[in-house]
Amino acid sequence: MFESKSGILLVAGLAFFGFAFLSNAAVPYLMYRNIPEQTAEELVNGNVRFQFEDLSRRYPESFVKAYGDPPADPEAGADWWNQNVADSLREGRDIYVGEGCWHCHSQFVRPVSNEDKRWGPVSASWEYQNELQRPVLFGTRRIGPDLSREGGRRSNDWHAVHLFKPEMTSTKSPMPEYPWLFDGAPDKPNRRGLALITYVQWLGSWLESYPDYENYQPAPFEKPAEDSESEDE
Amino acid sequence: MTDEALQSDDALSTPATHASLVDEKIVLAYFVAALTFISISMLGGFLMAAQLLRHNPLNGIEIFSPGRWRMLHTNAIAYGFLANGFLGLLHWVIPRLTLRPVLDRRLSWLIFAAWQVVVLATAVGILLGQAQGLEWGETPTWIDPLAQLGLLLVAINFMTPIIRVKGPMYVTLWYFLAAFVWTFLTYAMGNFVPEYFVSGTAAGAVGGLFIHDLVGLFVTPLGWGLMYYFVPILLKKPIWSHGLSLVGFWGLAFFYPLNGIHHFLYTPIPMFLQYGAIISTIAVELVVTTVVINFFGTIWGRGREVLTNLPIRYFYTGMVFYFLTCLQCAMQTTLTFQALIHFTDWVVGHAHLVMFGVFSMWIFGMMTYLIPLILKRDWYSNKLCEYHYWLSAAGLAVMAADLILGGLFQGWSWSSLQPWDRSIDVSFPFWMIRIWAGLSMFGGLVVFLYNFYMTWRSEPEPAMDVAVVPA
Repeated sequence: MFESKSGILLVAGLAFFGFAFLSNAAVPYLMYRNIPEQTAEELVNGNVRFQFEDLSRRYPESFVKAYGDPPADPEAGADWWNQNVADSLREGRDIYVGEGCWHCHSQFVRPVSNEDKRWGPVSASWEYQNELQRPVLFGTRRIGPDLSREGGRRSNDWHAVHLFKPEMTSTKSPMPEYPWLFDGAPDKPNRRGLALITYVQWLGSWLESYPDYENYQPAPFEKPAEDSESEDE
Repeated sequence: MTDEALQSDDALSTPATHASLVDEKIVLAYFVAALTFISISMLGGFLMAAQLLRHNPLNGIEIFSPGRWRMLHTNAIAYGFLANGFLGLLHWVIPRLTLRPVLDRRLSWLIFAAWQVVVLATAVGILLGQAQGLEWGETPTWIDPLAQLGLLLVAINFMTPIIRVKGPMYVTLWYFLAAFVWTFLTYAMGNFVPEYFVSGTAAGAVGGLFIHDLVGLFVTPLGWGLMYYFVPILLKKPIWSHGLSLVGFWGLAFFYPLNGIHHFLYTPIPMFLQYGAIISTIAVELVVTTVVINFFGTIWGRGREVLTNLPIRYFYTGMVFYFLTCLQCAMQTTLTFQALIHFTDWVVGHAHLVMFGVFSMWIFGMMTYLIPLILKRDWYSNKLCEYHYWLSAAGLAVMAADLILGGLFQGWSWSSLQPWDRSIDVSFPFWMIRIWAGLSMFGGLVVFLYNFYMTWRSEPEPAMDVAVVPA
């Protein structure tokens, strides 16, 4: 068997490969088969809707150019907004992959190395069970920070400027510039730019901690004096 | 096929000549393609390295975006350089080992053309921003079926002569036979399963399996198979221990595919699967040690060959790097190391150590040996061959050490919760050394290309003929 063609083809070539596939790929698949895979439409939530509508207020001309006028009727309007958010999530994800964003930004907060203190809750399995994680974007290297809890931490303006010319918001950032996501100026994101910003603002929008600011400091705010009973407690 | 046809096919009945077995032109064509793509790949690496130092001369141009060129860098190495280099070498080795030509020479050229289309289309697709979100599998989804078909044809073309060999097979052919099956299966698994069939964490497990199998079941068995062929020929003595060869092959076949999940430790992938991958990885290190011992047993007593015989020096340098890579792997795969070094430049250093330090060095060594035989003339300059070796080996050693060390500092910077920018400041000196190391490696390649060109232009020496020695 060890030096015969059939042994090498059937045992080493097929059987060992199959065993590895069963144990390393089929087992996790079977374990997670009960977590439903969500579509982009199902992923739309109030937080990302807010950011998308915010984009339409900040860059009205660019927004209308990319998506057209939103319908005046509020009933039809909700569907229109939600569908455009879902489309933007798909497009934004494709740009995120095509530009190689995920080679320098992971989407995976580990339970070690103080990562939950820096970024928020440790990543859980259900967060990845959606069509935007086909293939999954855990990441491979962090030149820049993890982005899986990035949504809501910074404004849409910040993201627009940052994508246009990173060193304008982050001095010494080694991130490349992406002027092709804009029509010549950071306040004129094109459809690709709007989609990418929507996608990044969506990351982590499903968590209760959204929005979570990296340098959050409570404002110097003094509670109004209350009655003495509660103070004693 | 009838028995008569098999017998008439039996090459031993009529003495095979080198010319009837080996299509030298296709070997040379593959070498030229491989060297073209490694040049492109290294330019991509240079662009990304310059971007990290914030001195990218092409900043803000869509088609030269460093993010896209980084993907081109890795894919051009895997599919443009290593695959082309290996295919060329297989066209030399398999017919000479089996004493039978490949199935069909026209098919060989069809595969050659198709594979260049696959690699070029991959490059164009990535540069246009259509990459697939899978590391080493960024080949746009519309090219994947063509690549899969190409791999099937490769397997048919090369497996035919191997299958026709009667009796026991030499070690090299074990590795090749298994590699053709594995490569086909690995490509299919990695490019289709996480894209169309599973998502999320389970897709991560498949993705890890894919990047790992691509190195372990495509590059590694072809590389070691070629070493089992060329080292005994160049040293003119047999492999030290047949038993260790068996242990090496079967150990690799069993343990290597079980390692995939070690790329995603501490993810939501179930912990018992992560432990399994870690233990298998350490087992691979033990297997690798037996293989390396076998090869050092082979050269035992003939150590001077490393000084005088340049291809042998390439091979054994690669083996030392291979041992170091696998030793590093057995350590870095533990959860203790992972906590610190995951997502850092440590991993990038590790990848360069194995892809350039081992397999590229081996291919350079085999090219250094074969190009004079194919062109039937000596190298234009043996001194330039030496320069190629030293610039490559020294550049790689500096780059790997630099990135591995830099990765530790990045990891400490992150876990100590300093502002993110600090980790960039910390990395800067390491990135500066890395670009100079990379330029040294690129310089070595330029020297080699110049030497190759000048050799090609010189007059052939008719006295140099290639003999066929039955294996």
